[in-house]
Amino acid sequence: MILMDIYDTVSWWTLVIAVQVVIGSVYFLWQKKPKEPEDKLTNQKLREWKPLPLVERTFEVEEPILIDNIGDNVLNVGATSFLCLDKEPSIVENSIKSLHKYGVGSCGPRGFYGTIDVHLELEERLAKFLQVEETCVYSYGFSTVASAIPAYAKKGDIIFADEKVWFAIQKGIDAARSTVRYFKHNDMNDLERLLEEAAAKKELNPKRRAFLIAEAIYFNSGKMCPLRKLVELARRFKLRIILDESLTIGVIGKHGRGLTEHLNVPRDEIDLIVGSLEHSFATIGGFCAGTHFIVEHQRLSGLGYCFSASLPPMLTQAAISALDIIEEKPAIISELDENSKKLNKALVNLKHYTFSGDELSPVKHIYLKNSELPDRLKNSYLRNITNYCLENGVAMAVATYLRDTEVNCPEPSIRLASTRKLNDTNIAQICTLLDEAYEKVGPK
Amino acid sequence: MAAAKVNGCVSLNERSSASENIKCDNSDKNIENGKVHHSLNGYEKSKLKHTSNGFNKMATFDRESAPWMDWSQHDIFPGSFEKCSLLTAALTHFGLYILMFLGFVNQLLFKPKVATERNREGYAPLYNPFEQFYSRYVYRRVRHIFNRPICSTPGAEVTLKERYTDDYNWSFGFTGTERRCINLGSYNYLGFAAPEGACADAAAAAVRRYGLAHGSPRAELGSSRLHRDLERTTADFLGVESAVVFGMGFATNALGLPGLLGAGALVLSDENNHASLILGLRLAHVTVRVFRHNDVRHLERLARAAIAEARWKKIVIVVEGVYSMEGSIVPLAAVVALKKQLGLQLYLDEAHSVGAMGPRGRGVTDHCGVDPRDVDVLMGTFTKSFGAAGGYIAGSAELVNCVRAQGHAHAYAHSMAPCVAAQVLAAMRAITSPEGVARVRRLRDNTHYFRQRLRDMGVLTFGHEDSPVVPMLVYTFSKMAATVERLTARGVATVGVGFPATPLNKARIRFCLSAAHTREQLDECLAALEDIVDEVGLRYSRR
Repeated sequence: MILMDIYDTVSWWTLVIAVQVVIGSVYFLWQKKPKEPEDKLTNQKLREWKPLPLVERTFEVEEPILIDNIGDNVLNVGATSFLCLDKEPSIVENSIKSLHKYGVGSCGPRGFYGTIDVHLELEERLAKFLQVEETCVYSYGFSTVASAIPAYAKKGDIIFADEKVWFAIQKGIDAARSTVRYFKHNDMNDLERLLEEAAAKKELNPKRRAFLIAEAIYFNSGKMCPLRKLVELARRFKLRIILDESLTIGVIGKHGRGLTEHLNVPRDEIDLIVGSLEHSFATIGGFCAGTHFIVEHQRLSGLGYCFSASLPPMLTQAAISALDIIEEKPAIISELDENSKKLNKALVNLKHYTFSGDELSPVKHIYLKNSELPDRLKNSYLRNITNYCLENGVAMAVATYLRDTEVNCPEPSIRLASTRKLNDTNIAQICTLLDEAYEKVGPK
Repeated sequence: MAAAKVNGCVSLNERSSASENIKCDNSDKNIENGKVHHSLNGYEKSKLKHTSNGFNKMATFDRESAPWMDWSQHDIFPGSFEKCSLLTAALTHFGLYILMFLGFVNQLLFKPKVATERNREGYAPLYNPFEQFYSRYVYRRVRHIFNRPICSTPGAEVTLKERYTDDYNWSFGFTGTERRCINLGSYNYLGFAAPEGACADAAAAAVRRYGLAHGSPRAELGSSRLHRDLERTTADFLGVESAVVFGMGFATNALGLPGLLGAGALVLSDENNHASLILGLRLAHVTVRVFRHNDVRHLERLARAAIAEARWKKIVIVVEGVYSMEGSIVPLAAVVALKKQLGLQLYLDEAHSVGAMGPRGRGVTDHCGVDPRDVDVLMGTFTKSFGAAGGYIAGSAELVNCVRAQGHAHAYAHSMAPCVAAQVLAAMRAITSPEGVARVRRLRDNTHYFRQRLRDMGVLTFGHEDSPVVPMLVYTFSKMAATVERLTARGVATVGVGFPATPLNKARIRFCLSAAHTREQLDECLAALEDIVDEVGLRYSRR
């Protein structure tokens, strides 16, 4: 039976070679016993062996700001809690009730008594909310997409990804060891060119799995991906789409169902939707949504799902309560979208900065107008600017990147996260402070 | 400073004029017997003169093999891995073939009740055929013992939600009943998984103060005083300089290892290392060589061969403290001795051993009497012994700075939730108190008692006496499923593990002991096991 399956995937001459290999190895094993490899380490070689220390140089790590030192009246536009659900009283009370029922940790992976009824409830609720067949919940946002991609894409496959996908997707692609082709950021013509080249070189064929990875709203730039065009290209060239909707679920669409709802794309055109519980739902974790055929595979092959302890029950309960609020009051989503649009209008008027971000995107990136400075200097100026803003009542975050490890490191920027509780005064305050800070501590 | 003129070694038989003491100033240029000797610091470079016994000692010394480790000085016991009889092995294999054959017939004759992909004609198939076959016809038969939902705290006892299946495990429904069982399946070594108590109160207070999560990575707006205190307490707990904490234990390895290691390093990794270590090493793009489980002699041979190759910048040994599938403990003192002799580095993953091993619960360094500063990188998780989630990497301050600067979690992954951090802090402080030491001692007593009783029963267990993870071998899938079913019916919840976490013919039942178990509960479990041991046929031990 295994031989039949092997025969299906390869052809008869491989079987012939396999038989020859078996005969050959039996012959050799019969012939002589393998010897112990001789030891080549001499005293001199041991003396010459001068290993480098594990940590080769000293690193200067800037001490990050402690959140306790930021007062309660400071406006926080750095943390990505878009719907301001992180201190919502009903969520806090529900999760403390859950704490007194289940304790904090789940003490096991999903396969070994780590599946608690709240996990099943969250998965069902998310599936109903997103109108998909099934979801599976991970215990960390980073690991969700970094485990989902290598569960499907393996060594011989080919992946087309946007060049500005965020770091976890890059690590997922790295772990998959597939061939990867990056297309220019949001440039559908470049993607089409790459696909046509690949088809011409016969790299795209019915034996080789091909994937297209994009984010609904890119974390590194704030732009929205043209989903309809992506779906059309994927159908034409027979690619499977993995769409990372971390920033869009609970943020855009009439009910918060994400980019597919907003652009009216049927959800089963997307093979796998990856979402995050760490942004709109204001807890920890992530999930993958799709058809039963696709998601069930991850329960056995997703590394971050099978080999890791499941999400602590109180955080799961917090996600369920957040979902309750989103379903009951979809008006908060339109509030958030209004604020994002207002923020865009205000940021256009900044004197010393350019910015990037779709009008509905909850994250906006603000760049220094003076773009000839080296990245290191830009980073330090941006840090001075955010420190100044913090002292004056607004907490912002400079987008942190590992410059040497990123595939296409974006330009240094301040990442602004819009929230639904922003009012016009706040927005005006942000803009004035930014400009003021540039004049006081920015580049001259 | 006067020094005896040497040839690379001191030869006490010298009587010639050359063995007089000479002064070590750098301008030495002794002319003796017509030859010029440049003596620097008394070390003479000439080879032909001053030989004793007529042969060239210096050259042969260099070409001699570097001395091997004297393993009789160290404890290198890899754990008890008793082999089964030939009959058992043969029957296990035979059973597997029957299973495969039946599955093949099933696949031919009946259409499987699984979802197929819609609207994807002409696409390359997503899964490979053998994986699908295995998952549908082998794994599916025993699926009911995995992924069992619970609805209470995973403490010493747990409430299972019972399921039924109408169609041979293709799908499940809930019967609506619940069953209270003694929990030998969850990782709760010190019994901190408790819904009430000081730790739960600390977690609740943290939620009220900080909210559920910070929504930002540590490098941006995600750090709080809780994290800083937790890092300080962890470093003190382990006896090292400093530590950094992460929000997920799996991610600690997967995101921390690529920051520490880079190309040009060689890693010697144990064959039973956890998937997170293997993933971290893959992402780090290092060369990996695997040594047999807990075999320090094989490790030594690999290390020596690698040093002789002279092309690696550093060589790192990656081992775990307690291996959760084998129940064995790494011979840490021996590995540290080897590391010091050959100049290697050591990464120790204490996911299962921190809190659970050692007289004070500080981990396998405490248990083996090794100075924690001798281990270069101490890594562990808070999931098992502290009843929370997350992980840490600890060591010298430079190491921790390197992990923070170059590791992927500090910049990209959201920080640990405040409730989880508060729970860990409270649990860690509790372990250092006398009450905590009592818990550690209870765990150790439970472990010894349970293992002793299992040995008396005649079942085959793997590993060391002191490891709180006890794997009992059952060899075949069918026995694994049968044992778990029968034990559950008698009120004991355990875990059955098979391929691919273990080799194909060595399925096992795993018992995870806890300080929260009382002697009576353990006796109940053992009585239940005694009941079924003859029915299922588990007395494999031939000792």
